[in-house]
Formats: sequence, structure tokens, C-alpha cells
Amino acid sequence: MRDEAMRERVAAYGTRVNYIDLQKKNRRNSAILIVFMILLAGVLGAAIGGLIGANNSGDGGGRGAGATLAVSAVVGFVAALAVGGLGATWSYFSGANAILSMSGARQIEKRDDPELFNVVEEVAIAAGLPMPRVYLIQETALNAFATGRDPAHAAVAITTGLRERLTRDELQGVMAHEMAHVRHLDIRFALLMATMVGLIVFACDALLRSMRWGTFSGGGRRSGGKDGGGAAVAIMLVVVVLLSILAPILARMIQMAYSRQREYLADAGAVELTRNPLGLASALQKLAEDREPLIERANRGTAHLFIVNPLEKVRKRARGHAGSVWSSHPPVEERIARLVAMSR
Amino acid sequence: MGGAVLLVVGAAVGLLVLVAIIVVVLYNGLVSKRVDTDNAWSQIGVQLERRHDLIPNVVETVKGYAAHEKGTFDAVIQARAKAMSVPSNAGNAGELSRAEGELTQAMGRLFALAEAYPELKANTNFLSLQEELSGTENKIGFARQHFNDTVGRYEEARQSFPGNIVAGMFGFKKREFYEVEGKNVREAPKVSFG
Repeated sequence: MRDEAMRERVAAYGTRVNYIDLQKKNRRNSAILIVFMILLAGVLGAAIGGLIGANNSGDGGGRGAGATLAVSAVVGFVAALAVGGLGATWSYFSGANAILSMSGARQIEKRDDPELFNVVEEVAIAAGLPMPRVYLIQETALNAFATGRDPAHAAVAITTGLRERLTRDELQGVMAHEMAHVRHLDIRFALLMATMVGLIVFACDALLRSMRWGTFSGGGRRSGGKDGGGAAVAIMLVVVVLLSILAPILARMIQMAYSRQREYLADAGAVELTRNPLGLASALQKLAEDREPLIERANRGTAHLFIVNPLEKVRKRARGHAGSVWSSHPPVEERIARLVAMSR
Repeated sequence: MGGAVLLVVGAAVGLLVLVAIIVVVLYNGLVSKRVDTDNAWSQIGVQLERRHDLIPNVVETVKGYAAHEKGTFDAVIQARAKAMSVPSNAGNAGELSRAEGELTQAMGRLFALAEAYPELKANTNFLSLQEELSGTENKIGFARQHFNDTVGRYEEARQSFPGNIVAGMFGFKKREFYEVEGKNVREAPKVSFG
């Protein structure tokens, strides 16, 4: 039942889907995401501005209150648009490096690990893409990810634990999976998700905290107001609270839902590059059997970037609700089954 | 009367502009796909050159342990010289792949020989050369695969309607796949995204 639903979702791309279609889709989705996030920031800003305006005009009361409220809401909206625009620009150009350093990844040269470099170069050539930067994450957990705004600014990262455990063929499968993410331009969308959702969540958390503080200090003073300002304040409050709670949840739901489909497509894309489904299948088997799936430096904002979910403590448990909106990755067993089926 | 003529002329001009736009788009698509095949081909050349550069080092290293196996070394050197003498352009892909295939066989004998010398197999220099060489051979294979992918896309655009008309008008020539005889051809499995 769950598998069927998943298969249908992947099949929705059509059987003759190719990486060029996926690139188009990701370009479009990235643009939509940027616009959506900036607008969301704007709405939040308007709410905050309105709140501040209402707070300041609360004591004065009278007909001026409504106008003040509108002005400060507009000011808040415009200011937040500017901040949102800056945030989006930062995400796009510096997000990859932020993610890499947040994950504790260290860039390496060819002489540090010639085999790894050769394998990455092989799959880059197979995809006809420039050689990405290569990073190592000092972790015993088994995982890998790719990031960057486009193939010319891409980076692949792998944990030392995974690097040591894989044979050359398996390593090739994993790197081909990452290169497929690069080729499909998943990396751009995932990068924007990770950094902008991170920023929004951060902004909302900060807002919620200051709100709690704000209502304690100023709430009592305003409660007696009988004019329109009081009602407006109440509405603003509700909007702010709703947004603060809903925004991160919504953002995360999109983030998770998008990345599950991408994993299947990147697996298929990896096979398109290596022509060897069993290399990746056997690597995924090792990942599935790993007793220590946690990555210390990963968080809910970056989880979707990895080849397998770095946060699920016992992945087997995830089978029960793998189809839920909360899981960022399809069950590894299903991915292996599909790869094995491809080799027949 | 005059209005009807104007309408017809307008429609004709509009149609012409539309056709011109379609032709330009198709033409540019064909050009960019042809450039892709050229770039992909040059990547094969880069990797072949790298392979030819590595082989003397491998031979020298093995010589240090097995100096008396002169016949094997000579065969490798000759096969290399022959492969290097074949001009690397897409036109003589068949000759190129035969010469490279012979070089691969000669190298196979060289590595089989190395099996008999445990000290050689423990030599880190030899091991890293071996990794470099097998990596380069993989890269040649992948570069060829990518080249064939780009040729496939170019030929699809060149042969399908209405691209075939534009291709005929501007003389876009057929590109051949780089086929390789022998065992080292990677069978393409059925890749399905469904």
C-alpha cells in the first residue's frame, strides 16, 4: 500500500523522465521557493510591524491608531522583504559553505585520498560535469551528501566512517548518487531549503521568545483599551502566533516530502552513470545495517541532504511510518530492492 | 478589400516570423548538442593521454623487480607507441579503440607478471600507480559512455521532426557512436525512473 503510493508518486514524473526535465523542475522550484520565502518573511515582518505599531499607539488611542498600525505594518513588510532578500542571496551564494562548515566537513586534496578523488572524477566525467570539491567529515557514522548552488560550485562530502567501510565499487555507487543530485540540480533546491528554512525557523523561534517576553511586560497595560486598537492587537497576536507555529512546520513538510522522491531519482541517476546498480545497492545495505546512524553535527535543517537520514536512531523503526510526511528519506530496504530489480 | 489584403499579408508575415523563430531555436539546439559531443570527445582524448603518460612509469617500476621480463615490457612499449600514433579524432574511433584494446591486453600481461613478485605488490609507489592507471581506465570508459550519451541526444535531435529539416538545411552531419569491441564494454542496464 505504502510502496504503491510511493511508486505512483515517482511514476508521476513519467517513465521517460530525464535529468534535463529534473533540472528544469528544480530551477523552477528553487525560484518559487525563494519568492515564497521572501513573501513569508514579508508577512511576518508586517505582523511584527503591526504589533509594534499597536503597542506604541495603544495608550494614545483614538482614530490615529489605525493609521499608525497600517504604517508600521507596511514598514515592517518592506523591511522584512529587504531582510528576506538578503537572506535568500546569502543562502544562494554562501549557503553551501555554511552547510559544509556546520557539518564539520574539511576539504581535501587529491594527495590526501587518491582513490576517492579518482572515483569522484570518474562519475563527474560520466555525467559530463566539472569535478566538484571533495570534503571529509570526521565521523564514525556512515553518511554522505552533496551541496552547492550549481554543478560548477558543487561539493561532495563523505564521513570517514563510510569512506573506510566501502569497496571501490560501492564508493563509486555512493558518489554517483551524489553526482546525480548535482546533475539533477537537487543540490540547489536542497541548499535553499536547508539555509532558508533554517533562517525562517530561527526568526520564528526568536519571535516567539520575544513575544512571550513582550506580553508579560506590556500586556497588562494594554488590556483595558476599549478602542479598535485592542481588537487589532488581538488579531495581530493571533497572526503572529499562527505564523510562528505554522511556518516551520509547513517548511519542514515541504522539505521532507520533496527529498524522498529525489532519493529514488538520484539512485536511478546513479545507475545511469555507473551502469552498475549492485555497487550502490551493496553500499546502501552497509548503511542500513549500520549501528550508529547518528551524525552529531547534522540537524533537522540539514537532514534531507544526506544519502540516508542521519537522525533516525533506529532506522528499522522508521518502516512503520516511512510514508508519513515527517520522514525525509524512503526506507533503505525499498531503495535496495529497486536497485536489485534494475540489475535483472 | 484593402483590409482583407492587409490581413492576409499580416498573417503571412506573422507566420514567417513564427517559422523563423522555430528554425532559430532548433538550429541553436543542434549546435549546442554538437558542441556537447565535441567536448565529450575531447575528454576521452585527455584521459587517453593521461593513460599513455602513466604507462612508462608503471613499466619502470616493474622493471626494478623483474628486469629480465624484457618481452613483456617491449610489447607494452610498442602497443603504447602504436596507440599514440593513431590520431584521436572521432572519425577513426574504430582504429583508436583497436589500438587501445591491444594496449590494454599488453598491460594485462604486465600486471599478471607483477602477481609473481610479492615485494613489487607491496611497493606503495606501484600500488598508487596501479590505482592511477585503473582510475584512468575507468575514466576513459566513462568519458566514452558520456560521449555516446551526447551523440545519442544529438542524433535524436538531428533525426526527429522537425529538427531533421533544419539539420538538412544547415548540413548537420551524422555523428558515430564510439563502439568498443571486447569485454571491457559496459552493458547498459535498463534504467527506469518509474
